[in-house]
Amino acid sequence: MRPIFPLQLSNFSGISAEAIEFWRGERRVLAGVSFELARGECLHVLGPNGSGKTTLLRVVAGLLEPEQGSVHWGGRPTREQRDAWCAAFSYLAHSDGLKPELTARENLAFEIGLRRRVQDAELDEALARVGLAGRDQAAGTLSAGQRRRLALARVVLAEAPLWILDEPYTNLDTAGASLVSDVITRHLDAGGAALIAAHQPPAIPNHVPRQLVLA
Amino acid sequence: MHATGLIAAMRLTIHRDLLIAFRHWGQVAQPLIFFVMVTTLFPLALGPDLATLRGIAAGTLWVAALLASLLGLELLFRADHADGTLEQMLLSGQPLAMLVLAKAVAHWLVSGMPLVLLSPVVAASLAVPRAAHNTVLLSLGLGTAILSSLGAIGSALTLGLRRGSLLLGLLVLPLAMPALIFGARAIDLSIHGDSPRGPLLLLAAMLALALTLTPPAVAAALRISAE
Repeated sequence: MRPIFPLQLSNFSGISAEAIEFWRGERRVLAGVSFELARGECLHVLGPNGSGKTTLLRVVAGLLEPEQGSVHWGGRPTREQRDAWCAAFSYLAHSDGLKPELTARENLAFEIGLRRRVQDAELDEALARVGLAGRDQAAGTLSAGQRRRLALARVVLAEAPLWILDEPYTNLDTAGASLVSDVITRHLDAGGAALIAAHQPPAIPNHVPRQLVLA
Repeated sequence: MHATGLIAAMRLTIHRDLLIAFRHWGQVAQPLIFFVMVTTLFPLALGPDLATLRGIAAGTLWVAALLASLLGLELLFRADHADGTLEQMLLSGQPLAMLVLAKAVAHWLVSGMPLVLLSPVVAASLAVPRAAHNTVLLSLGLGTAILSSLGAIGSALTLGLRRGSLLLGLLVLPLAMPALIFGARAIDLSIHGDSPRGPLLLLAAMLALALTLTPPAVAAALRISAE
């Protein structure tokens, strides 16, 4: 299956995390977590509430600094190449990261525009792809599910080889959930990689996600 | 893929913040209304003696502008932090310090510049002679830009805090004192027919320093706040 937008795979060969340890106050949230993720692979991070799924994703994204351990990309720690590393992934957080005052199109134009030049036609195509064609209204007036779809459009449009998705199925109806699975499948088929924190295993045809269980 | 250049990214950030500000006119107008109200209260309270008004004009204009600038500062990064767009900005791959600078410019355009443009009218109500109006414009223009720049540090440092606005004032006001002293001095010199060149050049130097040093400091504070 062809990706919706071409991925920038030339300098992406996967990532690895080594013995990541993260503390919040007196509590050790991540205790020596290690994993590898190659092109075309999906790693499903699961565990009970408070087990550190989101924390792990934020450490990988560079939003949190671990007490010990590091994330490597291209043979070097990501913290040594922050800007280049940020361009290599697209992050869907708990919050959708959308401006409620701006329209769906304006949100995409700004956030993708910070990464690359984006054409109007691409915005239209992305909005149509996530079922928001003709819904170019203020993001604050969209439903929670529609905002999640819009955030997903941002992930797709970024053309990043690695997707870091935190609970991507949140607030989505059945059609929305299958849309997420579909775009992830296309992404993996195209050689991209996905790191997904979710309570339920992502339903991705032809791909068996590896699991990383956090206690 | 054509990666976005730094200037284009800064222009996008300014454009976005202006767009949001224009959709929230109430918030934008608040500092301006505050500035006009405070400065017009003085002639009402002190009476119509022009010499008295002229004597306090420089200080009044500057203190009112300083406090008005503080009003909008708290919101500089708060909404971005609350809706998650700050995180996306951190991860955009663009130098955060330059995006911060763009946000400070946008903040000045919506909160500082209207205040500067209105300042000759307000100055006239304080009996500032017409010959000193250019100095008022220049002094407050440089001064509000310094305040937007310094205020960004306070706004970033108090981002995750409840009742951050109180702390914001405590952080920013001491830093703004040199600008207040030289800015008010420039207007005062001009009112009395002397050259304001010295204090204005010092203000310009302070602005150059603020624009150079504050963006990396704000970026570092934002990264800490995002944790």
